[in-house]
Amino acid sequence: MRAGLRQSMAWLHGWSGLLVCWVLLLVFCGGTASYFKDEITLWMKPELHRAAAAPVPPAEAATLAVAFLQRNAPRSPRWFISLPDERSPVTQVLWIRAPGEPGSGIGGSRGRFESRTLDPATGAFLGTVRDTRGGEFLYRLHFDLYYMQPLWARWIIGACAMCMLVAILSGVITHRRIFQDIFTFRPRKGQRSWLDAHNATAVLALPFHLMITYTGLVTLMFMYMPWGVQTAYRGDLQAFNNEAFGRAPLGLPSGQAAPLVPVAPLVAQAMRHWNGAGPSRVAITLAGDANATVTISRGSAGALSVDEPSMRFDGATGKLVATSGDAPAPASQTRGVMVGLHEAHFAGPLLRALFFVSGLSGCVMVATGALLWGVKTRQRQAKALAAGARPSFGLRLVDALNIGAIAGLPIAFAAYFWANRLLPVAMAHRPDAEIRAFFAAWAVAAVLAQLHPARAMWRAQLWTGALMLAGIPVLNALTTDTHLGATLLRGQGPAAVAGFDLTVLALGIALGAAAWVLGRRTAARKAVPAARQPHGARDAKGAT
Amino acid sequence: MRLSRNGRYRLGVASRVVAAIGGGYVLAALATGLLAVVLPMPPAEAVMTATLLSFSLYACAVLWVFAVGSAWRAWTGLAVAAAVLGTILAAALAAVRSGA
Repeated sequence: MRAGLRQSMAWLHGWSGLLVCWVLLLVFCGGTASYFKDEITLWMKPELHRAAAAPVPPAEAATLAVAFLQRNAPRSPRWFISLPDERSPVTQVLWIRAPGEPGSGIGGSRGRFESRTLDPATGAFLGTVRDTRGGEFLYRLHFDLYYMQPLWARWIIGACAMCMLVAILSGVITHRRIFQDIFTFRPRKGQRSWLDAHNATAVLALPFHLMITYTGLVTLMFMYMPWGVQTAYRGDLQAFNNEAFGRAPLGLPSGQAAPLVPVAPLVAQAMRHWNGAGPSRVAITLAGDANATVTISRGSAGALSVDEPSMRFDGATGKLVATSGDAPAPASQTRGVMVGLHEAHFAGPLLRALFFVSGLSGCVMVATGALLWGVKTRQRQAKALAAGARPSFGLRLVDALNIGAIAGLPIAFAAYFWANRLLPVAMAHRPDAEIRAFFAAWAVAAVLAQLHPARAMWRAQLWTGALMLAGIPVLNALTTDTHLGATLLRGQGPAAVAGFDLTVLALGIALGAAAWVLGRRTAARKAVPAARQPHGARDAKGAT
Repeated sequence: MRLSRNGRYRLGVASRVVAAIGGGYVLAALATGLLAVVLPMPPAEAVMTATLLSFSLYACAVLWVFAVGSAWRAWTGLAVAAAVLGTILAAALAAVRSGA
């Protein structure tokens, strides 16, 4: 610890940021992509690009989905139906397998769940559509990680988010000139330029960074901080949920058979109750039992809060049992809005794009922060390095992790999308193969970075990522007929597909530019004797 | 001498890290538990408010642990605050349970 508040906060900012920055980068990248989760999923299912025809009324789509589930999952205790909307043109059904029933291995079976994509107009399983977890994988990755228990992953992510919150607050305290920093950029000045880039991206989108970190913690707050429920409800989470969210407990099976009522009239009744706003989801429990329930949830309908109003009906009689979320209490509403801000389901395409750009600036902030630590440490060791000493273990490790995370992650994302187009469409366990491509590509990049953490490795990996990302529109043109030529010039196919192609192209060009600048800089440095490199330039502000 | 100063510094940092992570969490948990019981609103709302605030309390505790002059003072401060909160919480819980 150093003397003085600003100095000790700078120390805290540097270390709490550095220790978690690589996980945070993954979380930021995955989370940023998740703003366009549905669009990514649509891009990854090219068989659907031409399907988006006339919209199907929700009552009809729900009836067809229930008929499908009655045929295919009659013994399942729980069905979930996601109805089509403007972002996703298909019906998605998900169910919990009956006890003892084996997984089907098709259409996405994971854990106890089975899921299928249905044609909303006919209710038929879209078997010819390639199996993929699409944007859902990236979304889950950003708080559940992968290859580990989600519960552990969520604690890890929570700890990282808390470090991030501390890093943001201590970073703000160390700053004297927060406003000027937005307009300060001194290029080609080594450490100073990285500091300026870090300050600019951090300060410019500071409200976003603070909001996204805090609301991220809020999404899982009762897991991280259950002590309020412990003292006020003696740990009875069910009673708390009941009061706070109007979630009545679900009944147990009665054992008496009773046919499920038609859902179309229930959907119509719900829509009347919500002044015509369409439902987004239908959840049905214990279909075919006398204790069955049908719960219909409204879509966000442009509301900020994530707590969607819902109506629960008796599945055997069709009587309305409970209505919830019509008039939420203030604190409850605050939580709903905070989670809503995190997920941005309320946002239209343009606002959503702004969230995406803010998320990208978060990625850049984390990346430049990580780089800054390496640059500063290298400078401290400059004399020894000039005398021919090897970089310290810590510096080498940070350099290698930086390459593996900052240059390696784009490669992993690109590999995921390449696998989506190149693997055989009818392959068994296709979603798993796509995900393996993501992690295999990342592992190769990370291991190579550890073996040879040098500028040449930066360049090689940045170029690889750039070519792989910028090549995606080309790949799309070669493997589908909804390429940029069709979507942009002839206006065929969904706009989301064109948006995806253009976005990855832009990201690829940005990475390519970074690689190009790095290459020129290296060449220039080789031309000039090494002794001319500035060192010992202490920054008076003492940030980091 | 130099080594021992360095060692003392490292021990101080390690001690503060434990105080910030563990002590900060305990303090935030106690404050959340207390606010959930004493805030003058319906129970579900009080729990919601207290839990929403908890992360800023935690973050402030962490900042404070690293801002004070010595690790010793950080521990003392946390202990006093936790003792005060804990006592009030115990009294509040006893009052609620005897009243109910």
